[in-house]
Amino acid sequence: VSTTTLAPERGRREDKRAQKAKQRHSERARAERRLGWMLAGPAFITMLAVTAYPIAQAVWDSLWSFRLTVPDEREFVGLRNYGVILTDWVWWDAVLTTLLITVVTVAVELVLGFALALVMHKAIKSLRPILRTAILIPYAIITVVSAFAWQFAFAIDSGFINTWFGLEDTDWFGSFGSSIVVICLSEIWKTTPFMSLLLLAGLAQVPEDLQEAAKVDGATWWQRMWKVTIPNMKAAIMVALLFRTLDAFRIFDNVFIMTGGANGTETVSFLAYRQTISRVEIGLGSAVSVLLFLCVVLIAAGFIKGFRVDLSQARGDR
Amino acid sequence: LTTRSTATGARAPVPRHTWLRAPALITAAVLGAGVLAACGDDDGTPTLTWYINPDTGGQARIAQECTDEAEGAYRITTSILPNDADGQREQLIRRLSANDTGIDLMSLDPPFVPEFAEAGFLLELPGELQEEVTTDVVESAVTGATWRDEVVAAPFWANTQLLWYRSSVTEAAGLDMEEPVTWDQIIEAAQQEEATIAVQGDRYEGYVVWINALVASAGGQIIEDPEAEPEEIQAGLESEAGTTAARIIRDVTSGGLAGGGVTTADEEAARALFQGDSGGFMVNWPYVWAAFAAGVEGGQLDEAFLDDVGWAVYPQAVEGEEAAPPFGGILLGVGAFTEYPDEALDAMTCIVAPEKQAAYMVSDGNPAAAIEAYEDEEVQETFPMADAILESLQQAQPRPQTPYYGEVSGSLQRTWHPPTALDPDTAPANADDLIGGVIRGEQLL
Repeated sequence: VSTTTLAPERGRREDKRAQKAKQRHSERARAERRLGWMLAGPAFITMLAVTAYPIAQAVWDSLWSFRLTVPDEREFVGLRNYGVILTDWVWWDAVLTTLLITVVTVAVELVLGFALALVMHKAIKSLRPILRTAILIPYAIITVVSAFAWQFAFAIDSGFINTWFGLEDTDWFGSFGSSIVVICLSEIWKTTPFMSLLLLAGLAQVPEDLQEAAKVDGATWWQRMWKVTIPNMKAAIMVALLFRTLDAFRIFDNVFIMTGGANGTETVSFLAYRQTISRVEIGLGSAVSVLLFLCVVLIAAGFIKGFRVDLSQARGDR
Repeated sequence: LTTRSTATGARAPVPRHTWLRAPALITAAVLGAGVLAACGDDDGTPTLTWYINPDTGGQARIAQECTDEAEGAYRITTSILPNDADGQREQLIRRLSANDTGIDLMSLDPPFVPEFAEAGFLLELPGELQEEVTTDVVESAVTGATWRDEVVAAPFWANTQLLWYRSSVTEAAGLDMEEPVTWDQIIEAAQQEEATIAVQGDRYEGYVVWINALVASAGGQIIEDPEAEPEEIQAGLESEAGTTAARIIRDVTSGGLAGGGVTTADEEAARALFQGDSGGFMVNWPYVWAAFAAGVEGGQLDEAFLDDVGWAVYPQAVEGEEAAPPFGGILLGVGAFTEYPDEALDAMTCIVAPEKQAAYMVSDGNPAAAIEAYEDEEVQETFPMADAILESLQQAQPRPQTPYYGEVSGSLQRTWHPPTALDPDTAPANADDLIGGVIRGEQLL
């Protein structure tokens, strides 16, 4: 009898204790949040100044007809610039070219990068640092420099590719298909290391005991790969894909150096560059930039919503 | 602290002391250097900055000579612009639209002069100076330096393309090079002798130079009224001249006559093709002569090659009608926002003096704009083709002189490239539509 009477009282006491603990917890949480803001605040303000402000300025500029060489004839035109761009096949052509380059390079990089990550993951300890450095070298090279290197390699007059493969007078940069091939090759060569590093981080997150359990159950290498490794590193794969897709969509250097946009190889950021920097049409160029920005936002949102990528998982929280 | 130092002996303060001294020394050194640098700049002599296109050092030498001649009135330093004309224009426009006072003098590519003048980036030249810098100067350079009936820049050097040929090829084909030849004759001779015609067909300014020369040679013009308001600018390619130009380009480039890499060929690629075994004809600037000579000296080219090379005035597009060779070169402008306008104008007259132009022609291979320079003995000696250059410059036609030249050039590059797939029936009209649409702001470029 005594126990039954005691129980609710004890329960009430425990309730109070829990409430107190909760209060303490939320106070702590608040303090933590404050500290968080204080730590992140300067970075946040800097980001506002260097990112939000220029974006807002570009949006504002995009509503004007404004040419740098005739500043007096600046005129508010509302959304006309967007109308001009979206009804011009030049824009859609650039979007399609950019999408093509993005899809091809990211797909190849994912496969290649995964293979390289596996090699790095499995390599013996003494070899690993050398291997990692070797694989990272292309990523450390400035894109403009690597673009020149690839252009020289495939050039019709001084390139060695034609000589090596006996291609005689093949003009790689003379048509759309072959130009895109070289541009994609150069892009893949340069950024696969980045992809493989992100994937390597994901590989390291796959618990070894799961692998062993699967092995004990008699799973083949292939089964372990599909049923254990890849599902466990899905977050890392998605983050790598997201980063690379955003990067690839903004491709500029390779196209600028190799073809200058000739033969239909113009990409969206190159289009923005030419309107803003070459033509000094600030309004029209800003509108292209804003549209490019919206594309990037769409891609990011698509990844995060569509594939449920949780960016916090990239740092290993589960 | 005192107790600690006494307790631990005299060792403690020593490291502290050196610690403090290092930054102090660095600060002193930096300040000292600053003071010294300031001394160098601040002796009261105005320093003029001349933005130059890259060359082999001739402009820097002229800057030094004019500094010496100014006898302390001013000093000229040079600052190098990007390699290609578009890059040069972009940098200058960016700076000048921000009212950069640091641009005193600038070397300008002629097609961009109207744009700069219209935007108010060029200091107005006094009347007598306008006359002085255009007296005894080749006609094409005077036209190029003029905008809305005012001379807005000083001709410094004037470039033109010649027709270069291999005598062995023309002799075998029975082509008389003493008389003006036409593009069709060249095409026929090249086909007959299986030789190449080296041209500039890359998607860049050099291709527009070729297009403009062909259109002008056929009696047309790309822009009909260059000084009109943007809404009223009319392109004139949809004409007999435009069709003739497109047909010649197609005939030269398709079928491998201009080499496999013609769609990416610039001046240097053209030179390489002409120097090769199948070389026959080439249209190119006179700088190639110095490059040939350097090649022979360096052992890459045979002495016999140099003897085989001949030159003539640009080919005709229509038989019997005088050709309109390309016009290029550099015009000298004074920045509108300079702090030293008088000194800059004075330096300008010093730089463009005929004897400086003659010396520059000899040292850097860039043809003078002053007619007098061609009488210079050294010029005649170094350039056996000096008279051909002068003749070519007198009949050369500048590219369309409009503040929207960038749009015109870009539209042509887009609609007329690649040259190998050019359709003479549709390309001229397409270019006209795009040029108009782009200038009116209705189309992207």
